[in-house]
Amino acid sequence: MAKDVAVIGVGQSSFVRGYEGSIRELAFEAFREAMQDAGITQKDVDASIFCSAPEYDKQRSPAGVLAEYMGLIPQPTFYIETVCSSSSSGVKVAYSMIKAGLHDVVVVLGFQKMSEITSAESQERMGRGADIQWEAPFGTMMPAYYALYAQAYMAKNALTHDDLMNVRIKSGTYGQTNERAVYRKGVKAADFDASNPDARMASPVAWPLRVGDACANADGSSCVILANAEKAKAFSKKPIWILGIGAASEAVNMAARPDFAKGLSVGYGAAAEAYKMAGLTPKDIKVAEVHDCFTIAEIMAYEGLGFAPMGEGKQLIREKATYKEGRIPVNVDGGLLSKGHPIGATGGSQIRTIVLQLRDEAGSMQVPGSPGIGLVHNVGGVGLYGNVTIFGR
Amino acid sequence: MGFEKFGRKSFTGVTKTSKFVDLLTEGKVEGTVCKKCGAKYFPPRADCASCLSKDMDWFEMPKKGKLETFTVASYAPFGFEKDCPYTMGVVDFGELKLFARLAKELKTEDVKVGMDVTVKTLQYEDGQMSFEITKA
Repeated sequence: MAKDVAVIGVGQSSFVRGYEGSIRELAFEAFREAMQDAGITQKDVDASIFCSAPEYDKQRSPAGVLAEYMGLIPQPTFYIETVCSSSSSGVKVAYSMIKAGLHDVVVVLGFQKMSEITSAESQERMGRGADIQWEAPFGTMMPAYYALYAQAYMAKNALTHDDLMNVRIKSGTYGQTNERAVYRKGVKAADFDASNPDARMASPVAWPLRVGDACANADGSSCVILANAEKAKAFSKKPIWILGIGAASEAVNMAARPDFAKGLSVGYGAAAEAYKMAGLTPKDIKVAEVHDCFTIAEIMAYEGLGFAPMGEGKQLIREKATYKEGRIPVNVDGGLLSKGHPIGATGGSQIRTIVLQLRDEAGSMQVPGSPGIGLVHNVGGVGLYGNVTIFGR
Repeated sequence: MGFEKFGRKSFTGVTKTSKFVDLLTEGKVEGTVCKKCGAKYFPPRADCASCLSKDMDWFEMPKKGKLETFTVASYAPFGFEKDCPYTMGVVDFGELKLFARLAKELKTEDVKVGMDVTVKTLQYEDGQMSFEITKA
């Protein structure tokens, strides 16, 4: 496996509801932390890539505006968008630029300020990340799309609502210790008890998915700084190398999707490409961040990534294999479910977690045994885009 | 007639496939088929992704399919709130699939993955045209 491109700095803002500042100020929080982490200054940076889902921004073409605020002009700046996977797509583009020899050091900054519009407006915009010509006229929204997968998957694979609940309980276990998470309460089975009118997670959103099965909107930013081998060794004591990087896309319309009971095809496609490039197998992964925008998405990701055979993802949560002490720890920072999901910032935040894990700097979230290889799985839209990236020391 | 008449609320005004709405008013749910290579599409396309032709014809969708999956929306996006709750699903016809709402008269407890279903056209009280999934 080639060690050509490394992460030399990571940063993340707190993920919050209603950030008290503008998008440039929000973006600067992650940028400042990543730059300090890397120990570099703006003159060391050769290019920047900004990533968000633009329908939330009032600012058109944010890359130029943000590059100026970060102090990254006159270097070239670019804008990359794949909805919820925008910042891992940005990392793939940065990787390509560095590998091609165009730039030595590239900043990838993901951001989203979702709070400027109402939740209903937000759902409508998210629904427009799917097929606006043929599906949005029926009144679609994100939870309904994932619920289509959940319904088919649960019917075929005997996955229960308790299994989904247990994914959320795991998320809550770690979300409460992550000071950057928007949702910092623990979750217990009583929260999903439909017979209790006070149970805050039991009410249906899009059956079979309930309130507790869904992640929260949040405002946030993330920053990943990548460098070529020479600069990485010069700047960083603990460079974390990109060993494999894969991406895939799928038909937007549900009518063109393969078997719903098998989960998202992009998870399988992107993972196969990343494993092949890294020369690794699922057994080599010691810690992972997966795209748990809904509880069902985490179960499907287990299978797409090869941590469990198709249809058997439920066993991992039943056996607590994806807890911190388990065989393959997954989302031990609380995941999207607890940390929150500020669309454009999410992939970079997942990468930050894995980088900290591989440096043994994850604090209370640290997976024991000094994990050497970690994986990030970031999905855009309803499996419209998928990125899988494998990191190593 | 433009495509703004499609569905509960359309987000697209102009498309080369707007004949779809005219066909709905005739009680037909149709996809497109490439005259050159025979590739079939639903939802309809004006251009063939297989052979790049723009010479497309219309064909009527099959009548018998199985409900592959469904969901009951308890919340709706902006502009759809008064319809809540409503059920949406995917029909598998074998060669083709279709996404739509399920007919209101279908009780949620009677909806099952794998059940036999068919598709029919629908006119809303405000004149909007659509199609829906119903029991075979």
